[in-house]
Amino acid sequence: MSRGLRWHAALSATTDATAGSVRVADVDWSGERARIITVGPNRSARFPRARGGQVGIEEGWAIASEVRDAIEQDRHGTPRAIVPIVDAPGQAFGVHEEALALHLSLAAAADAYASARLAGHPVVALIVGKAISGAFLAHGLQAGALIALDDGAVEVHVMSQASVARVTRRSEEEVAALARVVPSTARDIHSFASLGAIDHLLAVDSADSPTARDVQTAKTCVIDAIRELRARPRGPRERLGSSEAQRTRALSLHVRKLLEEQWDAPA
Amino acid sequence: MTIPTLLHSTAACFSELDARERARALLDAGSFRELLDPFQRVESPHLPPQGIVPQSDDGVVVARGLIDGQQAVVLSIEGNYQGGSIGEVNGAKIAGALELALRDARRGRIIRPVLVLDTGGIRLQEANLGILSISEMHAAIVELREFVPVVGIVAGRIGCFGGMGIAAGLCSVLIGSEIGRLGLNGPEVIEQEAGIAELDARDRARIWATIGCRRRYEQGDLDCLVADDAATIVRSVCETFAEKPGGARSRAVAERRRRIDEYSLPAAAGGPQ
Repeated sequence: MSRGLRWHAALSATTDATAGSVRVADVDWSGERARIITVGPNRSARFPRARGGQVGIEEGWAIASEVRDAIEQDRHGTPRAIVPIVDAPGQAFGVHEEALALHLSLAAAADAYASARLAGHPVVALIVGKAISGAFLAHGLQAGALIALDDGAVEVHVMSQASVARVTRRSEEEVAALARVVPSTARDIHSFASLGAIDHLLAVDSADSPTARDVQTAKTCVIDAIRELRARPRGPRERLGSSEAQRTRALSLHVRKLLEEQWDAPA
Repeated sequence: MTIPTLLHSTAACFSELDARERARALLDAGSFRELLDPFQRVESPHLPPQGIVPQSDDGVVVARGLIDGQQAVVLSIEGNYQGGSIGEVNGAKIAGALELALRDARRGRIIRPVLVLDTGGIRLQEANLGILSISEMHAAIVELREFVPVVGIVAGRIGCFGGMGIAAGLCSVLIGSEIGRLGLNGPEVIEQEAGIAELDARDRARIWATIGCRRRYEQGDLDCLVADDAATIVRSVCETFAEKPGGARSRAVAERRRRIDEYSLPAAAGGPQ
């Protein structure tokens, strides 16, 4: 069982061994309803390139379906929270997936999370393992709040180190050395958090198989984030408002300021 | 579905224009006004330490102007600079412009947004700064498209991949030419990650038959297939805004899932991981 599946099972207090790659559970945490969604390894997945927990052609649309189902069900009531648990080694790399428009499947998932957010659902992502590239864009990055475990195996990056080395024509050692100079190219969660995108880094006893205390810590943190988002909705744009981002993404803010100044032609 | 006959005009090939010329072509004559133009030299500080010469517009042109007499903004990515890859500065140019169009739309002032997508996706040298800016674009497109169609054009030599392929999937309307390719993972990346048995990146015929814009149009992943001709593409953009199209295809969940279920996957596909 993968990390993502263990955290999903622990947080939802359910295990469904027959479920497919996309696991969904509805919980009620002392009045705070949430739909918890994760993608896990599935040896019987129809598309072989997604058997290792990747977000593939079926997974993207399945996430979209589950999120949109929650939006529909809550149309006339309090929108429940949506909690993607992120532990995905990446998107599926397959020619059949591409033929079926994998980009659109991932867009559907991102669209669903963004639409949920706009419909008033607090979306809180919990990163417990790998959060990589297209998989992370589809499943996690449209959240209003991001929480990550403070653990060495929690990684955020856009491509495997070996592939980055090949594409940029460098050795793997050079790529690794560069990451120490340019934090946005590093893979560890502290470097990613330095960009101001992580709301909380959670210290746990065992990121691999959470203890009861770990589960309680995570649950409390997620519920707090849900309540903050209910009081003050936020989206990806608001990550730029964090104190780290003011410093590490000052250029992203500067570009926006110049654009605003120049947006309308001088009278 | 009928496929339009493609007559290649001798007029300007859209694919041969640079990003600035494409933006100029899309806007009504005399209305082009560039924001953060190259003379303002807002360039990537992340590239020089990695031995790469920065470009003074960071490979993205933001232009305001008119389309068919209506206020518009064109965001045009230069495929010839670093493969059209998205980093901090050019990502903020696109996301920031979309956010301003959204701000104005909420105030009842509609600005027509057009994305000229010629990009391999995230710039590896800026990595997580790229992925964050792309997530901001995705958020802005989903919200903006409730007010005005967000139009994407895939008609350059790079095509449109990665996180920007996802952005294309979120657009209200997509226009492509036979030059264009659209997908998530580019052929080289699939070959590297999954092996040559999955895909030979030199097999051009198979690649175009799989992710080329003609194929995309035939299976409904693209709204208009046009000739690689600037005037034709401009006309297609104007017609799109005049028609006021409806919802995005990234919401067609049931129909797409049915189609995937019906897809016949060869028994040997992919093989073991």
